[in-house]
Amino acid sequence: MLRDITIGQYYPVDSVIHRLDPRVKLAGTMVFLISLFVTSKLPAYLLATGVLFGLIRLSRVPFRFITKGLKAIMILLVISVSFNLFLTTGTPIFRIGFLQITWEGISLAVFMGVRLIYLVLASSLMTLTTTPNQLTDGLEKGLGFLNRFSVPVHEIAMMMSIALRFIPILIEETDKIMKAQTARGADFESGNLIQKAKAMVPLLVPLFLSAFRRAADLAMAMEARCYHGGAGRTKMKPLHYEKRDKNAYLLMAVYFALMAASRFLPF
Amino acid sequence: MSIRCEKLTHIYQQGTVMESYALRDISFEIQDGEFIGLIGHTGSGKSTLIQHLNGLMRPSSGTVYFNGEDIFAQGYDLRKLRGQVGLVFQYPEYQLFEETVLADVKYGPKNMGLSEQEAEERAREALELSGLQPEFYARSPFELSGGQKRRAAIAGVLAMGPQVLILDEPTAGLDPKGRDELLETVSDLHKRRHTTIILVSHSMEDVARYADRIMVLNEGNLQYFDTPRRVFRYFRELEKMGLSAPQITYLMQELRDEGIDVDPSIGTIEEAREEILSLYWSQGGPLAAGADSGTEAGRGLGESSAATGK
Repeated sequence: MLRDITIGQYYPVDSVIHRLDPRVKLAGTMVFLISLFVTSKLPAYLLATGVLFGLIRLSRVPFRFITKGLKAIMILLVISVSFNLFLTTGTPIFRIGFLQITWEGISLAVFMGVRLIYLVLASSLMTLTTTPNQLTDGLEKGLGFLNRFSVPVHEIAMMMSIALRFIPILIEETDKIMKAQTARGADFESGNLIQKAKAMVPLLVPLFLSAFRRAADLAMAMEARCYHGGAGRTKMKPLHYEKRDKNAYLLMAVYFALMAASRFLPF
Repeated sequence: MSIRCEKLTHIYQQGTVMESYALRDISFEIQDGEFIGLIGHTGSGKSTLIQHLNGLMRPSSGTVYFNGEDIFAQGYDLRKLRGQVGLVFQYPEYQLFEETVLADVKYGPKNMGLSEQEAEERAREALELSGLQPEFYARSPFELSGGQKRRAAIAGVLAMGPQVLILDEPTAGLDPKGRDELLETVSDLHKRRHTTIILVSHSMEDVARYADRIMVLNEGNLQYFDTPRRVFRYFRELEKMGLSAPQITYLMQELRDEGIDVDPSIGTIEEAREEILSLYWSQGGPLAAGADSGTEAGRGLGESSAATGK
């Protein structure tokens, strides 16, 4: 169950996508996400689908790794799709009590579902092909201009990288505590909702304690190494763009232009 | 009554580029009431192996039989098994969660479906066995010292009344005194309750002192499974696996190299002392000095090797 969470889990193979500059991948993910919301035309979605699956192929990450992230949003997906399905007004198809399904509802629900799924797939693709370190490096450099507006970019990036770094650690920790309590006869699966919630206490208390302990240890270790925030800090491996990165930006622009242009399609 | 593993294999992340064998074709049988030492370098598969013994992990192939029954068969009651095969994880104090020590120890027996009263009786008994003083029972587990917390956590597993107790490096992070006391407690439990013990450890000294048989894991393979003395004969092979025989074994080996006829496979200081003394007596005993000083000399030897041992 816990192995289903893919955020912050890097899949180590070598591919074009892996080699891209993290800023390109961040920008690309943003562009892709926005592009899904600028249009609701079918051809545009076919294009987006093609691009997404093409990129997944290029990345050489097995497809089932990318779809693992979907399990986590299953409930959200079901809720938002059914809300759209049942609560949209328009041309009714049939109704049960106060619930009615309309053509508009179906189309909204489908778009909503597809958008959510693509959103998760695209961000999973990014995190699976980019190490957390690269990711925050990319963020820090990419958003560096915000420093001028006294936004503490470095500190935010550092917090992000720590948070990302902690995800697998906490998952592992949860797994460990869960096993330890299972060895003491705990049962996390059966029972009704209240029993299940109660069964979580022996898991959550030790987990929170360990999270705080780890945070305190990390803060101490950072101070011991004279960490004092971003001012004056230099990089061992500064980011710089290669030719492929520039090409990627170009393709991104073309893709986005196409997506935006699809708004003016007559159907 | 036994634990039997048959061709147990576990593969992590099967089918991905990160695929790796944690256990490879492991077969063995542990009899009732045995004290087993499980030794292996970090990453040798010790933790993975013990988690199969109470059904926390499923093997990729092969299986485990507990008292003749396949524990991974359909419909086998794994929760009941976990009460019979108690597993104390590394740093077990991090699983404490209740408001009082007693309540925490009761968690296991209550999960087994025992009544409040029975659970309390079991908990008190287990706490006593674990050697924690009664004044701590009503305190919060988070107020205790490291060693006390660990005792409370071990009591939490003991309270389920297991026939087999598996301890994963129970002495990690304890000071020498805490370590000795804890191992004595475990050994006591083994003697008094005839609980089968599987002690996972890095320390050959600890294992040599208590274990009837030693199981050596190396990169997922079961390398040796024999009495301590027979295993220590392979001390050169053990070194290649990043392990070592007890210090005293090396001393005996050196004595032998010097031409003194001692058994080089000895693993504890007590055995070494006896060996040296019997050799001393067989070679005519006290030649220049009296019998008393002869014993003194033997003791002296034993102690100096103890010093190298520590």
